[in-house]
Amino acid sequence: MNIDQALNTFLEESRELLQQMEDALMYLETAEQDEDTVNAMFRAAHTIKGSAGLFGLDSVVSFTHVVENILDQVRSGEILITPDLVAVLLPCSDHIGILINESMDNNNTPSDELIAEGEQLLAKLRTFSKPITDNTDKNNEGETLTLSTQTTVSVEMNGNDLSVATDTWHISLRFGEDVLRNGMDPASFLRYLGKLGEITHVTTLFDKMPDAESMDPESCYLGFEIDFKSEATKKEIEDVFEFVREDCWLRILAPNSRVFDYIQLICDLPEGEEKLGQILIQSGALTQRELEDGLARQTAQASGKPEPSLIGKILVDQGMVQQPVVDAAVAQQQNLRERKPQDSRLIRVQANKLDTLINLVGELVIAGASANLLAQRAGDGALLEATSTMSRLVEEIRDGALQLRMVQIGETFHRFQRVVRDVSKELGKDIDIIISGAETELDKTVVEKISDPLMHLVRNSMDHGIEAADLRVAQGKPSKGHLRLNAYHDSGSIVIEVADDGGGLNKEKIRQKALEREIITSTQNLSDKEIFNLIFEPGFSTSDQVSNLSGRGVGMDVVRRNIEALRGSVDLDSVEGKGTTVRIRLPLTLAIIDGFLVGVSNNAYVVPLDMVLECVELTPEQQQSSRATNYINLRGEVLPFIRLRDLFGVDGAAPRRESIVVMQYAGQQAGLMVDSLMGEFQTVIKPMGKLFTHLKGIAGSTILGSGDVALILDVPSLVQRAVNAETRASSLNNPALVTTGK
Amino acid sequence: MATISKNKKGIHRLKLEGELTIYNAAEMKTSIFAELQKNKELEIDLGKVNEMDSAGLQLLLLAKREATNHNKSMRLINHSEAALVIFNLYHVAEHFGDPIVLRGKAN
Repeated sequence: MNIDQALNTFLEESRELLQQMEDALMYLETAEQDEDTVNAMFRAAHTIKGSAGLFGLDSVVSFTHVVENILDQVRSGEILITPDLVAVLLPCSDHIGILINESMDNNNTPSDELIAEGEQLLAKLRTFSKPITDNTDKNNEGETLTLSTQTTVSVEMNGNDLSVATDTWHISLRFGEDVLRNGMDPASFLRYLGKLGEITHVTTLFDKMPDAESMDPESCYLGFEIDFKSEATKKEIEDVFEFVREDCWLRILAPNSRVFDYIQLICDLPEGEEKLGQILIQSGALTQRELEDGLARQTAQASGKPEPSLIGKILVDQGMVQQPVVDAAVAQQQNLRERKPQDSRLIRVQANKLDTLINLVGELVIAGASANLLAQRAGDGALLEATSTMSRLVEEIRDGALQLRMVQIGETFHRFQRVVRDVSKELGKDIDIIISGAETELDKTVVEKISDPLMHLVRNSMDHGIEAADLRVAQGKPSKGHLRLNAYHDSGSIVIEVADDGGGLNKEKIRQKALEREIITSTQNLSDKEIFNLIFEPGFSTSDQVSNLSGRGVGMDVVRRNIEALRGSVDLDSVEGKGTTVRIRLPLTLAIIDGFLVGVSNNAYVVPLDMVLECVELTPEQQQSSRATNYINLRGEVLPFIRLRDLFGVDGAAPRRESIVVMQYAGQQAGLMVDSLMGEFQTVIKPMGKLFTHLKGIAGSTILGSGDVALILDVPSLVQRAVNAETRASSLNNPALVTTGK
Repeated sequence: MATISKNKKGIHRLKLEGELTIYNAAEMKTSIFAELQKNKELEIDLGKVNEMDSAGLQLLLLAKREATNHNKSMRLINHSEAALVIFNLYHVAEHFGDPIVLRGKAN
């Protein structure tokens, strides 16, 4: 792996880790302090520091180091997590992210301002820190050790803190692989240790040792858990290992240490699937004899009872070991068990490899279609069967390949927890975020691009939608405002909703504004929905707006443009005084879809199958009656439709029988009158050239099996067009017939 | 140096002589594992091992583990003084589970 790749991996990893840290902080702010979350946070900081050290990003290392120390103290229970602490730690995690980016860009020298900013944060952070009393954490970089050497041996003996019974030092020691090669023998350190006191128990560990073939007899794979009785000070014990300090992992627990310290040790032990009992012995919390007694009891009980009690429970029952110690050991076991399958479940793949794969699948679909066509022409039964099997497989491959690009939207949503928290503090409002549908999946590129428009909508809702607490109470609403993020799948698209329970929009005021700006004319008869959606018009993005609208329009046209660039659409519902819901509708994928092929004259067009509701064949009478109007009566409902022949100006007379394809989008229906229906077709969306990007009604093109090009119809805009035309025409002729989206 | 022979019961016995240290760990590994592969049951005679360090111990730990993993039996016999020092220091006698005969200086 070259260094650039490694750096990239580091970048990505640290981003994930920082996100984890942020999530954990957000969680801790509201929930009770729980060990797992704190540990996760600590590990995140620790990993970032370690990796940054590998790349020599000193500024990152030194800053993260302080954060890590604070987290370590939180972990050991010396500091409690308070909202104040979270408020400082959150910007700290941001700062680490910025530092990493800057260090990468600017050749490892962050700007002075950044350093100053970091100093400020650290200063704030230090006010939380307790003076270090006993820091035994020795990590791989060996720098915490310098701290611990200045410390005293005294271990905090808190009255209500459980301490273990053993009166020996406990030393955990893991040697680095090069120790032997460097001419040092772990045995000599043990011998020397023996001179300072009595080694009461040693567990020799060699779990690190690979299997016989790959084991290098000159590498050291040894680790030790030592119980040691001595009057020596901690520093003296540490000094024993001075020569290997660079090359070993050392942890020393004082006699009668707090249970908590043992728990930490258990959590930090690098060994794999150890038996619970063994971990306990290794950490010195239990003696061999106590364990054997426990085991004997377990066997005895097993013969009497159908289910053997867990060894941990027996030990606790007998008062041999405190519950927290067992809990930690169990957690460690479970962690290991859970982590292993997870590691192998995820693979990091470069996005462009996936893109290539999907492109190839696209070509495969086209090639398959052409084979299918040839088979049909040849009329060979066996060949037809073979091609149909193949096309089924191709379809599965296509779905599988597309699935690879799908990610859950949850991650994007969760990012907004932080935004809501920050902004509501800034605005002095009390706002809760409610997330649902986080497991809804959509294309990764879409997720990335939707994040900015979403951010805008969320901020808008909080700033202008939700009222201040006192105003809310005055209106008889709960003082706490709610912002809801929701996602779900609906006919081939994903719908993302941003809803608030704020003041809602004032219809009349928007109408007035629109009239002023000459976006609409006073004769125009607009539905509520159309009025609300006026705020997405570019003309509305000015600042001098009526008070309860203020800012609502700012940038909304940009939001709409961004979403439309993704072939999506946005609309808005609002009830004055109750709240506003903005609905974003996006296509599930940008590459391959199931299409429905229709024909007009000699041309073929594709309608995305997910949006097709049904196909209707017109009777000659209907055909006759619908000639003048643009709607038909479909089972008692008005269905506006568009003649594709007219729309695209296709030459040639209409055949005797025409069909209507009923399409649905965003709750509205419209028909498409075509000459012939040609059935389902797997469609690889090929983008149109730059020249055609602004073409209304066409979303893209595709290649048919015969090699012909077919246009993919842009259903949303067609439906809109049909509905609008019909609404206008009928409202002029007969106001009673006005239909709006159901 | 390692030599192979059969004991009275026909079990293969690998006799290690001289050093069992980092300096000859590589060649010792080769000979121990060659024998371990060939035989289902193996005795390793440590009687003439006059020097042993952590690297040597590691080899024995590895051999024991490999034997167990492959359902073979491997025994250490005749522990020399040098071997016992390391065994006692690391508290591994129990791990190997082989009887250790304490001998007088004369031996």
